[in-house]
Amino acid sequence: MRFAFKTSYAQDLGLFRDGVQRNAYIALFLALLVLPRLVPEYLGDLSLVFIYGLCGVSLMVLAGYTGLVSLGHSAFLGIGAYAHVYFAQDLGVPWVVAVALAAAVTAAAGVLVGLPALRMTGVYLTIATLAFALIIQEVFTRWDRVTGGLKGKPVQKAVVFGLPLGHEVSFYFLCLAFLIAGLWLTSNLLRSPTGRAWVAIRDSEVAAQSMGVNLAVYKTMAFAYSAGLMGVAGALFAHKIGFLAPDIFSVLLSIQFLLMVAVGGLGSLHGAVYGAVFVAMLPVVISQARDAVPVWLGQVFAVFGREAGRAVFSLVDRFVKQPGLEPGIFGLILVLFILFEPLGVYGRWRKITLFFSTFPLYKHATFKRQKSYMRSERLR
Amino acid sequence: MTFFEAERLAINFGGIRALDGVSFRVDPGQVFTIIGPNGAGKTTIFNLVSRIYDPSDGRLTFCGEDITRVSPHEIPRRGIARTFQNIELFEHATVLQNVLLGRHAHRRSRFVEELLFLPRVRALELEHREAAEKVIDFLDLQRYRDSLIVNLPYGVRKVVEMARALCAEPKLLLLDEPSSGLSVEETEDMAFWIQDIRTLLGITVLMVEHDMSLVSAVSDRVLALNYGRPIALGTAREVQDHPDVIKAYLGG
Repeated sequence: MRFAFKTSYAQDLGLFRDGVQRNAYIALFLALLVLPRLVPEYLGDLSLVFIYGLCGVSLMVLAGYTGLVSLGHSAFLGIGAYAHVYFAQDLGVPWVVAVALAAAVTAAAGVLVGLPALRMTGVYLTIATLAFALIIQEVFTRWDRVTGGLKGKPVQKAVVFGLPLGHEVSFYFLCLAFLIAGLWLTSNLLRSPTGRAWVAIRDSEVAAQSMGVNLAVYKTMAFAYSAGLMGVAGALFAHKIGFLAPDIFSVLLSIQFLLMVAVGGLGSLHGAVYGAVFVAMLPVVISQARDAVPVWLGQVFAVFGREAGRAVFSLVDRFVKQPGLEPGIFGLILVLFILFEPLGVYGRWRKITLFFSTFPLYKHATFKRQKSYMRSERLR
Repeated sequence: MTFFEAERLAINFGGIRALDGVSFRVDPGQVFTIIGPNGAGKTTIFNLVSRIYDPSDGRLTFCGEDITRVSPHEIPRRGIARTFQNIELFEHATVLQNVLLGRHAHRRSRFVEELLFLPRVRALELEHREAAEKVIDFLDLQRYRDSLIVNLPYGVRKVVEMARALCAEPKLLLLDEPSSGLSVEETEDMAFWIQDIRTLLGITVLMVEHDMSLVSAVSDRVLALNYGRPIALGTAREVQDHPDVIKAYLGG
C-alpha cells in the first residue's frame, strides 16, 4: 500500500496524485499513440469512444458535479454538429474557427436552457431539458435552409490548418487531442473555486448560498460550459458519422449519455471516460458476441451429438439475431449496475485496486453500504 | 456606527406571524445569544439575517449599512458567515474542500484564468489553502483534513461547519445551536472555541443555543424569545431568572 507523503500545499494542486499516477497516465498516453498500429480495424470505434468521452465529461460537469440532471444533451450535440457544418461548409469558415463558433453557439443555447432551469430542481429540471431536446429536434427537421431538414446534410472530411484529416488514423488523433484538452480544462476548473462552487451547489444549495456562491451565476455557468463542450463534441461527431439527420439527435442519445455517466460513476472524470468506453464499445462487443456465441455454444453442445449441436446453434442464433436485442441488453446492464454497483465502473475499479494494494488485509466491509441513520448522512 | 442591529423584525408564514417586533443590537466583540423554546423563531432570525427569507417588516443594519434587501450570496462578502442547525456540509467532499469553500467570498480569480489554471490562480489557491490551514489548525481538524464528510461522526461535522464559516473571515459569525447533538465534553470544547473565536480572532458571535451551561459560560448578552416575541434581554443570569422566561419554559 502506498501513502502519498505530502510536504507542500502545492502538491494538492497538481493534476496527478503523485509521480506513480503521473507515470501511469504517461504510459496510457503512449499506449494510445501506438494503438492505431495494433488494432487498425477498431479505429472508428475508438474515435467514437473519444467523442463520447468528451460528451461524458460534459454531462459529468452538469449531472455529476453540479447535480443538474439533463436529458437535453442530445440537442446540444446536435446544435454543435449542425452549427459546425453550417459554418465550415455553407459559410466556408476555417475549421478551427468553425469549431470555436459551434462551441460558442452551443454554450449560448446552454445559457438559454440554464436560465429558466434556475427555478427548477431535480426531476422537474430533467423534464424541462427533455422538452428542450424534443423542441430542438423539431427545429432540426423544420429549419431546412440550415440543417437540410429530413433530407439530411452530408458532412465533408475535416481540413485542419490546410491539412486534410480524412484518414481514420489522423481523425483518431484529432479526437484524442480534443478529449485530452477537454479533460485538462475541466480538471482545471474542478480544482479552482468554480469547481468547488459546483460541488457545493450539488450537495447543499442553501449552504453554498450562505458561503457566497451566487446560485444563478454558477448554475448558468455549469450549463454553458457543459453545453460548450458538447458543441465541440458535436463538431467531431458530425465528421465521425459523415451525414447529419434530425433523427440521430433523438432523446435516446441523451439517455445514452446519462447511462454513460451513471455507469461510469457519477462525480468523477474517470467515470465519464469509463462510461464512454462502456457505451461505445458495448455494441461492438455485442455484435462480436452475436456471431461468436452461437458457434461456440454449438461446439460445446456438439459433445451430445452433432444434431444437438446444430439445434442449439440455430436456436441461439435465431435468438441473438432478433432485432432490438441490443437496447434490451443495454437496459439490463444499466439496471444491474445501479443495483450492484451504484458507484459505477470507476467505483469498481477503485475497489479492485484497493484489494490488490492492501492484499492480504483487505476488509470486505470497506465499501459495505448500510442504511443511514442521521439526516445529514442521507444521500440527497 | 452600529455594528449589527435588528429593528422591529417581523415575518409572516401564511397566516402565522413567526416573528413580531424583534429588536436587538449586537456590539463588536460580544457573544450575543438568542434562547427560547422550540418554535420561538430563533432560527428564523438567522435565516432573515443570512437573507434566505425576506422579512415582512423591519430593518437589518450591519456595519452602518442596511442589509435588509441584499441578496443572500452578498452576505458573506459583507462579513457575515453562518452554520446550520442540521449541518449543511458538502457530504461527498473532503473536510479540506468544505473548508476551502468558505473562502468563496474571497474569490478573486476569473473563469478563463481558472480554465487554464494560470499561475495567478495557483498563487491564489495557495493563499486560500494557507488561510484554510490556519482555521484547521485553530480547530484541531488536522487529522480529518482528507476524509470525506460522510465518514465523519456528528461532533466532528459540527466543528467542520464552524471551520467553514470561520474560513470566510467574517466579522460576525452566526452559530445555530453549536452544541446540539454533542456530548458533554464536546460541548465544553465548543465553549472554549467560542471564547477563543471572540478573544483571539476578534469575531463577534451571534448564536442560538439551548444548552444553558454553554449559554451562561460564553454569552455577554442574552435575548429570550417566545412565540416570535422578545420576552427578556440582559445577561445570562438576568434572563434565566426573568419570570416570563421561566413561565415560557415551564408553563403556568
